[in-house]
Amino acid sequence: MKPFTFTLRQEPPQRVDLSPLTPDRLAGKSAAQIENIEIGVTRVSTKVGDLFKLSEGDLKSLRFEGGSSRFDLLGAKLLPGFEIHVEGDVGAQCGRLAKGGRISVAGNAGPHAASGNLGAELEIKGDAGDFLAGPLAGELAGMAGGRVIVRGKAGERAGDRLRRGIIIIEGDAGEDLGARVIAGTIVLLGEARGRIGYLNRRGSLVLARGGCFGSTYVDCGAYELTFARLFARSLRECSAPAADLLSRKLRRYGGDTAVYGKGEILTPD
Amino acid sequence: MPDIIRNGVTIDDNFAEAFPMSGTGILITAPNAKWARQAALTMTGFATSVIGCGCEAGIDREVPPQETPDGRPGVRALLFAMSSKDAEKQLVNRLGQCVLTCPGSAVYSTVAGEFEIKVGDAVRQFGDKWQMSKVVDGRRYWRVPVMDGEFFCEGKVGLTKKSVGGGNLLIMGADWDKTMRATEAAVAAIDGVADAIAPFPGGIVRSGSKVGSQYKGMSASTNDAYCPTLRGVTKSELGADIGCVLEIVIDGLTDNAVREAMRAGLHAIIEMGPEQGAKRVGAGNYGGKLGPFHYHLKELLP
Repeated sequence: MKPFTFTLRQEPPQRVDLSPLTPDRLAGKSAAQIENIEIGVTRVSTKVGDLFKLSEGDLKSLRFEGGSSRFDLLGAKLLPGFEIHVEGDVGAQCGRLAKGGRISVAGNAGPHAASGNLGAELEIKGDAGDFLAGPLAGELAGMAGGRVIVRGKAGERAGDRLRRGIIIIEGDAGEDLGARVIAGTIVLLGEARGRIGYLNRRGSLVLARGGCFGSTYVDCGAYELTFARLFARSLRECSAPAADLLSRKLRRYGGDTAVYGKGEILTPD
Repeated sequence: MPDIIRNGVTIDDNFAEAFPMSGTGILITAPNAKWARQAALTMTGFATSVIGCGCEAGIDREVPPQETPDGRPGVRALLFAMSSKDAEKQLVNRLGQCVLTCPGSAVYSTVAGEFEIKVGDAVRQFGDKWQMSKVVDGRRYWRVPVMDGEFFCEGKVGLTKKSVGGGNLLIMGADWDKTMRATEAAVAAIDGVADAIAPFPGGIVRSGSKVGSQYKGMSASTNDAYCPTLRGVTKSELGADIGCVLEIVIDGLTDNAVREAMRAGLHAIIEMGPEQGAKRVGAGNYGGKLGPFHYHLKELLP
């Protein structure tokens, strides 16, 4: 069935909060009512109808024709079973606190994409901004479930305070990848800058390229790990290079021993 | 009632009487088929009858690498008990003592049941806080560090209360060799049926029992009606041509699995014929009032 489509008429005049535009929140509303939803965040009004041309369809799946770096909170609190696709860029906090479902972004995403994600699958075809899957200021934990795939680069502090779930970055990552990770898994296929896994407690960081991880990571030897084989099979469909990486013999660096120290960095031997 | 004869083998107009059981099981994988099989053999050892072993367990089938979750050779072991509590206790104990200890092993859920029992969530504590949990596609797994690397175990495995235990075939022949030949062929055929096991040694039991005993306090004793050496002195079920009786007991995850296993076994015996194999096939029951599942041999004929 045809997805419910929002076609962008013009670049938004201000940042917009798209959190009301999720399938469950649109259910039961007429096109006129939807066009009347206020999405502006300043004193100047911006309504859905001002920005988008609507074309009604199956509400299970939403489609945005055209994106913008001003599209904030797209797919926030999305529920399982629903799908959103954006043919363009998105702004900050895309998929924030999403409980499930699938969000795909054809362009780039701003900072805090998948922040606090609880179970959604988020695919960003372009680059992701800083604090990918990280917590907002003051929050104790970052992403707690689901899967995030970035085909391009990720900004700084990707996977900050990750608690559960999988982050795959196919390009490079900025500084402090996997800082303060509580648990969960991060797979990086490109290069990482600066510190990696700083204060990592129980998380797994799988890196395609080895290097020096500082004196608080300890070499534990190289192994064929059964869990990695299972993981590889699970990831094969969404990222073949990540699956290939996990299928190899991996050297385990235990750490960060500066803290709890039960996490690990895995790199091909 | 006239007996039924197929390919020279007499089929009793009788039925097997079976009981509801709680069924569960695990898929064990290892770096090679030898060690996957070893783990499953050890886990299903001393599990012939619920009366003395607490559960009945056996190997359902070997699983090729392309069908296992981690791409390693695997073996599917099933375990049956009279209650879900017993099944859980037995599975957790056997997992901890026989599979965790077996080099190279990993454990996955393999039974789609209405209930789940915690296995990895119990065994993980062996890791003494070094264990790590990973959630893959919504299922939780535990990585427990052990001396040959890591023991990898799914957190919960399925359990069904719709299992059936006690399907059986009594195979009667002229002598031990011929009866055994027919029984072995039947066990091989039953091995090919999914979701069913024959828990006795090599799938075969020679000491079939009846209810009650002449001794006080003994609930079961030898089935003298089917003992060939007592043919003249007891109220025997055996004719002059029968010199040996062997039994196959079948437990299955579903009613249908037990029926299909009995059918496969019966067909294999009939196909062999009385010259090479068995002269007669019967089934054991308690009059039909105790167990809700009845498998009539005449309904399973080719």
